Amino acid sequence: MNHLPQAWGRPRDDVYGAYDNSHFQTAGPNQHTQSPIVTGTSVVAAKFKDGVVIASDNLASYGSLARFTDVKRLRKFNENVVVGFGGDVSDMQYLDRLLNSLDIRENYASADDPLNAKNLHTYLAKVMYKRRSDFNPLWNHLLIAGLDGEAKPFLASADLLGTTFSSPTLATGFGAHLAQPIMRRTIPDEASVEKVSKDEAVKLVKECMKVLFYRDARSMDKYSIAVITKEGVELSEDEKLENQSWAFAEQIRGYGTQTA
Amino acid sequence: MTSIGTGYDLSNSVFSPDGRNFQVEYAVKAVENGGTAVGIRCKDGIVLALEKLVTSKLLKSGANKRIATVDRNVGIVSSGLLPDGRHFVSRARDEAAAWRQQYKAPIPTSSLADRMGSYVQAYTLYSSVRPFGVTSIIGGWDAEAELPVDGQVGSGPKVGSGGKKEGAKHGGPFLYMIEPSGLYWGYYGAATGKGRQIAKSELEKLNLVDGEMSLEQGVKEAARIIYIAHDDNKDKEFELEMTWISAISGPTKGKHEEVPKELREEAEKLAKKALEGDDDDEEEMQE
Repeated sequence: MNHLPQAWGRPRDDVYGAYDNSHFQTAGPNQHTQSPIVTGTSVVAAKFKDGVVIASDNLASYGSLARFTDVKRLRKFNENVVVGFGGDVSDMQYLDRLLNSLDIRENYASADDPLNAKNLHTYLAKVMYKRRSDFNPLWNHLLIAGLDGEAKPFLASADLLGTTFSSPTLATGFGAHLAQPIMRRTIPDEASVEKVSKDEAVKLVKECMKVLFYRDARSMDKYSIAVITKEGVELSEDEKLENQSWAFAEQIRGYGTQTA
Repeated sequence: MTSIGTGYDLSNSVFSPDGRNFQVEYAVKAVENGGTAVGIRCKDGIVLALEKLVTSKLLKSGANKRIATVDRNVGIVSSGLLPDGRHFVSRARDEAAAWRQQYKAPIPTSSLADRMGSYVQAYTLYSSVRPFGVTSIIGGWDAEAELPVDGQVGSGPKVGSGGKKEGAKHGGPFLYMIEPSGLYWGYYGAATGKGRQIAKSELEKLNLVDGEMSLEQGVKEAARIIYIAHDDNKDKEFELEMTWISAISGPTKGKHEEVPKELREEAEKLAKKALEGDDDDEEEMQE
């Protein structure tokens, strides 16, 4: 008997020989994710002078089927950071688990200096890049919103290829095409962030969520929105789009049942 | 000890003819020299307190914390050989992480105590190892609310088959103490280390069984007990280290945290005052 607890109660290597781990292997090549299965659509976010607003709807689609309608795709990491997940929902759950264990380990010693948004973005980008380099990507596009080490607004993305990008406004998925131009009208560059108040930023992001609901067939009118400032995170996971107007739908021609 | 020199105390995993494992008993001796540690189970949380003996003036005060966090909602304080205590905590953290991997939920305090009890006991069975030279107090708050797991998809049935039983009570404060033999019990109030006898008799006076002690009161009592237990040992310097775990609705929101500086200092002031009061009484009686 040796002094290693993990060896207790197991067949002894010196008597039976080293355990043949090939017994654990299954036949066939390793298989990795080729495409996402259950997916979340856009995440949109914008910086303003005191912080960042981030929003995503509460839908998880199974192909074109609106399968799960109460999925929270914004995750509060701590009082400084919120992560928004677009893409595969099971990979989102894996990342959530990873962030949970990271947070637990971070708080073993009472931290005077908790992880900030910039730290978390660096970490997540490296996780994403590692996984794409293993040819086994996590099929997500993440937005990391919060405050950096100097308590300034921070917003950056990391995608399934490990690509990182930062901008005063960001959107994933369909939002990159539909919401991004709208947000750039108000916040074209870093300098204009200073001129935007919290209320204006929230209004802007809500407007984007409405446009996305109008034009993205994989979206829903229930959504989550978070505002991160020095005061902490205000996360609301049960918002509903207001003042919808579907009048424009009458004008759409080219498919459907209309005859003229 | 009459049995010294009889040969039965040299090896772990060997009983003496009268059925004792002397290595375990010697490990208990190591604990008896450690700084006093106390745990109190209050109605709305747990308080852990430690008399941290200062071994050198070159150590920074307030640094080198000895009460450790496991997962988010459990605290462990131990008395005895410090490195053994560190290893114990490290194993507890591994167990809590493994539990999360398996069950996607935080480990209940009772299960953690059970697993750590088994672990410590295994170190009494083999001649190639020695028992743990620590007695550890494990305090935890099991969440009364449902915690989100993995950003879970959907909320599941509310009641009935596969759902929840209505009106069932969940969670609460839990306190366990594990000895070098692997023996563990759940306690209302636990004490170990040099001043354990005094501390235990003070704990018994608190009527913890009634479950009426509030967390704030518990903090004050814990500080007082550590100061009383230290009293015999006046010449030695010590620092009071205190942590607490409240309900989700309470001050720590279900997490294990250090007691805030202001509250700790207030509790220390009251503890010193209570000690002085005792001394006055004695003097009066002598007169």
